[in-house]
Amino acid sequence: MRHLLSISDLSKDEAVLILDTAIEMARASDGPMKKLPTLRGRTIVNLFAEDSTRTRISFEAAAKRLSADVINFGAKGSSLSKGESLKDTALTLQAMGADAVIIRHSASGAPVRLAESQWMTGSVINAGDGTHEHPSQALLDAFTIRKHCSRGGADLNGIRVGIVGDILHSRVARSNVLLLSLLGARVTLIAPPTLLPFGVENWPVELSYDFDSVISDLDAVMMLRVQQERMSDLFFPNAREYSRYFGLNKDRMNMMKRDSIVMHPGPMNRGLEITADVADSARSVIVEQVSNGVSVRMAILYLLLAGDNS
Amino acid sequence: MSVALTGPEISRALTRISHEILEKNSGSANITLLGIPTRGAHLASRISIIIDSIEGSRVPTGTLDITLHRDDLRMRAPRALMQTVIPSEGIDGRDVILIDDVLYSGRTIRAALDALGEIGRPKSVQLAILVDRGHRELPIRADFVGKNLPTSANQSVKVQLSEIDGIDEVVITESGEK
Repeated sequence: MRHLLSISDLSKDEAVLILDTAIEMARASDGPMKKLPTLRGRTIVNLFAEDSTRTRISFEAAAKRLSADVINFGAKGSSLSKGESLKDTALTLQAMGADAVIIRHSASGAPVRLAESQWMTGSVINAGDGTHEHPSQALLDAFTIRKHCSRGGADLNGIRVGIVGDILHSRVARSNVLLLSLLGARVTLIAPPTLLPFGVENWPVELSYDFDSVISDLDAVMMLRVQQERMSDLFFPNAREYSRYFGLNKDRMNMMKRDSIVMHPGPMNRGLEITADVADSARSVIVEQVSNGVSVRMAILYLLLAGDNS
Repeated sequence: MSVALTGPEISRALTRISHEILEKNSGSANITLLGIPTRGAHLASRISIIIDSIEGSRVPTGTLDITLHRDDLRMRAPRALMQTVIPSEGIDGRDVILIDDVLYSGRTIRAALDALGEIGRPKSVQLAILVDRGHRELPIRADFVGKNLPTSANQSVKVQLSEIDGIDEVVITESGEK
């Protein structure tokens, strides 16, 4: 592995290796060894051309725990806002000696363009590109599901996961569908037809328009954020109707299986796709997803950067 | 291929090492055993059982994975990480016995000393090794040695333990030989 661009580049063994490595990373950061010397002298650039809280801070924390030097580079306050091209930005980063670039971009395919060009030699990690993929989020979700639901198994065989809401605009959903099915989970997408992407019938998933009819079968329920900033059309009549049919509230949560979990990649629209009492309930692992994110990203950085991958 | 140590020889060496550890540290009261995965960890639990049977008290025993502290990470493909388990007593003020199967360049032990420094401040650190094959690249020596095996650099020493390999044996192979 040299780059992490898409879940479809991973084999099942590689995915399991990342999750297993993340367990040891979690143990290392829980214990007394908070800071590890593994990536000392490596430079990692966080190139975030689109806003992010969790992913950027999480990658930064992961890199710093492995002793790498981190340079943060956002759209605001850099020449990206003056219209500098991706190519010129990449050439600049190469000239500064970046060993890896973690890129978030509003254009689907920007990380692949960066990795396949000759502009820079470092590793490229996709931290979310447009409506395409967000592989590190899917890996941390799989890590969280495995920890809570798999009863010690290495993969997710037989576990049922529901992904609910705005599938159409969600890179998190795309990466999760690929990864969870690769690991053997049964994935059900639950959304109004207007929020399902074209060609979804060819995905390795089941579809449902009726949340209440499937919720009691699920081991993990992953709520997605309604991405109003990417919606130029009207996809549902109004917010109240959306919440009523596809939101997760207390009554609906009480229909869930014992020991099943509620997930959300964040940021949440409290009151729209998830109510506050559910988000803060004992079933919710939303805050834990964030700390698992740091361990998983440490594992990704370690596996991509520590060894000789040439 | 030649057999350097047989199963019974390995268990006699471990028994002797256990007695030497107790002799040098005047008993087991302050010692903590840390095995370096994979095979060092199995040796540590065997030595722990032997010391228990001699002294009649449990010795804190754990494992220390040093992969993240290696200095040759960049020269090889990435390695999978092993478990690190530090006994609940911690290592501050303890006499820590590091245990590994083969002592060669000494770089693993250097990495282990770095890892220990991150965890705490032991009173002393000692090294027990099943096979010392020479060719040190760093000023490091073992305190307790199962067997000194003079080897040439193009030979390889393979320690096999029944816990994972199904047999207790140390064999020397020439490079190229299967």
